[in-house]
Amino acid sequence: MTFIKSVIVSSVLAAAAFSSALSAETINGAGASFPHPIYAKWAEEYNQETGNRINYQAIGSGGGIRQISAKTVDFGATDAPMEAEKLAEKGMIQFPMVMGAIVPVVNIPGVKPGNLKLTGALLADIYMGKVKKWNDPRIVDINPDLKIPDQAIYVVHRSDGSGTTYNFTDYLSQVSPQWQKNVGTNTDITWPRAATTIGANGNAGVANFVRRTRGAIGYVEFAFAKQNNLSHTQLASADGKFLQPSMATFQAAAENADWKNAPGFRLLLNNQPGADSWPMTAATFILMHKEQADAEKARQIIEFFNWSYDNGAEMAQSLDFIPMPESVINLVEAVWEKQLMHNGEPVIR
Amino acid sequence: MHATSLSLRPGAINGDGIFQRLSFTSAVVILLMLIGIILSLIDGGWEAMVKFGPGFIVSDTWNPVGGEFGAAAAIYGTLVSSLIAIVIAIPVGLGTAIFLAELTPGWLSRPIGVAIELLAAVPSIIYGMWGLFVFAPWFSQGFQPWALDHLVALPLIGPWFDGPPIGIGLLTSGIILSFMILPIITALTRDALKTIPSVVREAAYGIGATPYEVITRVLLPTIKNAAVGAGILGLGRALGETMAVAFVIGGANRIETSLFMPASSISSTIAQQFNEATNPLHISSLIYLGLVLFILTFVVMGTARLLLKKR
Repeated sequence: MTFIKSVIVSSVLAAAAFSSALSAETINGAGASFPHPIYAKWAEEYNQETGNRINYQAIGSGGGIRQISAKTVDFGATDAPMEAEKLAEKGMIQFPMVMGAIVPVVNIPGVKPGNLKLTGALLADIYMGKVKKWNDPRIVDINPDLKIPDQAIYVVHRSDGSGTTYNFTDYLSQVSPQWQKNVGTNTDITWPRAATTIGANGNAGVANFVRRTRGAIGYVEFAFAKQNNLSHTQLASADGKFLQPSMATFQAAAENADWKNAPGFRLLLNNQPGADSWPMTAATFILMHKEQADAEKARQIIEFFNWSYDNGAEMAQSLDFIPMPESVINLVEAVWEKQLMHNGEPVIR
Repeated sequence: MHATSLSLRPGAINGDGIFQRLSFTSAVVILLMLIGIILSLIDGGWEAMVKFGPGFIVSDTWNPVGGEFGAAAAIYGTLVSSLIAIVIAIPVGLGTAIFLAELTPGWLSRPIGVAIELLAAVPSIIYGMWGLFVFAPWFSQGFQPWALDHLVALPLIGPWFDGPPIGIGLLTSGIILSFMILPIITALTRDALKTIPSVVREAAYGIGATPYEVITRVLLPTIKNAAVGAGILGLGRALGETMAVAFVIGGANRIETSLFMPASSISSTIAQQFNEATNPLHISSLIYLGLVLFILTFVVMGTARLLLKKR
């Protein structure tokens, strides 16, 4: 009996100690899956340096918005930025944390990675099923040096709702009025029936189908294309120059963006001006409530984000994410100072 | 109730009464949970129900951008893929069960039986990944080109096989589903066959029946109800299966004659879109879709039971 008693007592004590340690230091966030690798990396390094725990669940952007709205997590994350009015209505702030790029990937026999040139309008017409063969005159015209076979085009898209799809369709809407009118922008859309489509689950699914299917074209995050050695294409910038996807062209897009005049930082980085701006670049965002119930906890959350801005750039690049430029970080810090409140007092002093 | 009259001596603990109440409570809890699920589905899907009404079931538009939602394509995909699964799995499952229970010596049937039970325990996502990475590539290079050469010209069923050889789609998900429900059907029918007393077989053989006659005339009629029940259970799993289907069905909201074309099912649509859905009407429509699956499963199961009773 005494043995059982002591076991019960000690396990209760251990559980109590464990849970108090958790409640004091764990910050919970949930949302977009696209930035999950870099958030996890930052959280791990931050934990080693400071001992504070950040728990980030990649449940999807929609889930992130729902969870932060219901206040079940301390911060939410989304790939598709919320509109300024929606933010005001829910009493939340939004700021960009890190950026990524989307690249078209293809499987055309005889065409080497990085050799095929595409324009945004052409990409939209391929996905609308207007260009059905790789040796279409419009493709051959801008690729006079390549031997392109007479091969049907298979269009691969994400079958699951995804921030990647949101940014990809936003780009197509910007470069093709017809896409904007007939298809639109969302995390999940009705794919045009005229094209021969293959819906694939996740980045891994898209990569798998493109690698395997002759004549396939897909869109994936750059990190994914690079790590899986997929055959990417060149893409014309908004100014018409053909670019290779690279950290330099992604950063050019970020620097040319006009963050200052974007209410609630709602800015999509697609098709930014500048000859060297990669046209499919996207930021991913953090959501927090303006009114914070626990000032100390709010300070801890901001401390983590601040630490990530200051120390996280190299880690981001090593995972093929693009760090935010200094000028944007200054803007975000100003928002933290002005808008995060606890009982009418600013949280950050 | 009657239970109290059964207690033997005064003052003794009424074990029967307590047991009866406990089991009654368990049964009622199940019923309450079922009602609770239906109510919360109705509550969550109310916005879409008001907006689209019963027309939701016959419309095949699913457009998250324009806020127009209809379930017809998903219902079609769910029913057709489950039908393909059943058509493949029932004969194969029945054959395997007969082989295991009647025609194999114990040293062979036991390890195979264990293997089948293990197959039933494999998580569905494994089937999905296997389907995507192993089966679909083979299907697109092996079966589909052959079908395009030989089957398309056939009358009636030809159009089913006319489509791009991409390896995924309605037919692939039906086949993957059949692999998933095969173990259930096999295990249940085999167990049913084993419950038949040996005397029955011996009597049949005794009057000079061949093994074929024993199986088709004596054993199968005996386990008819159990076999149909196994089929219903398999069908139930096929209708609701989510992850395996999500991997191989291709996620296209449309109704096509070709079984090679990508399609969608109710459960895979919910699983793939719920995480990223932000528009309240979109979320509500997904929950409405869940209610439709609930009712669909009810109707299919009910019909199957009715058919069983009539015979």
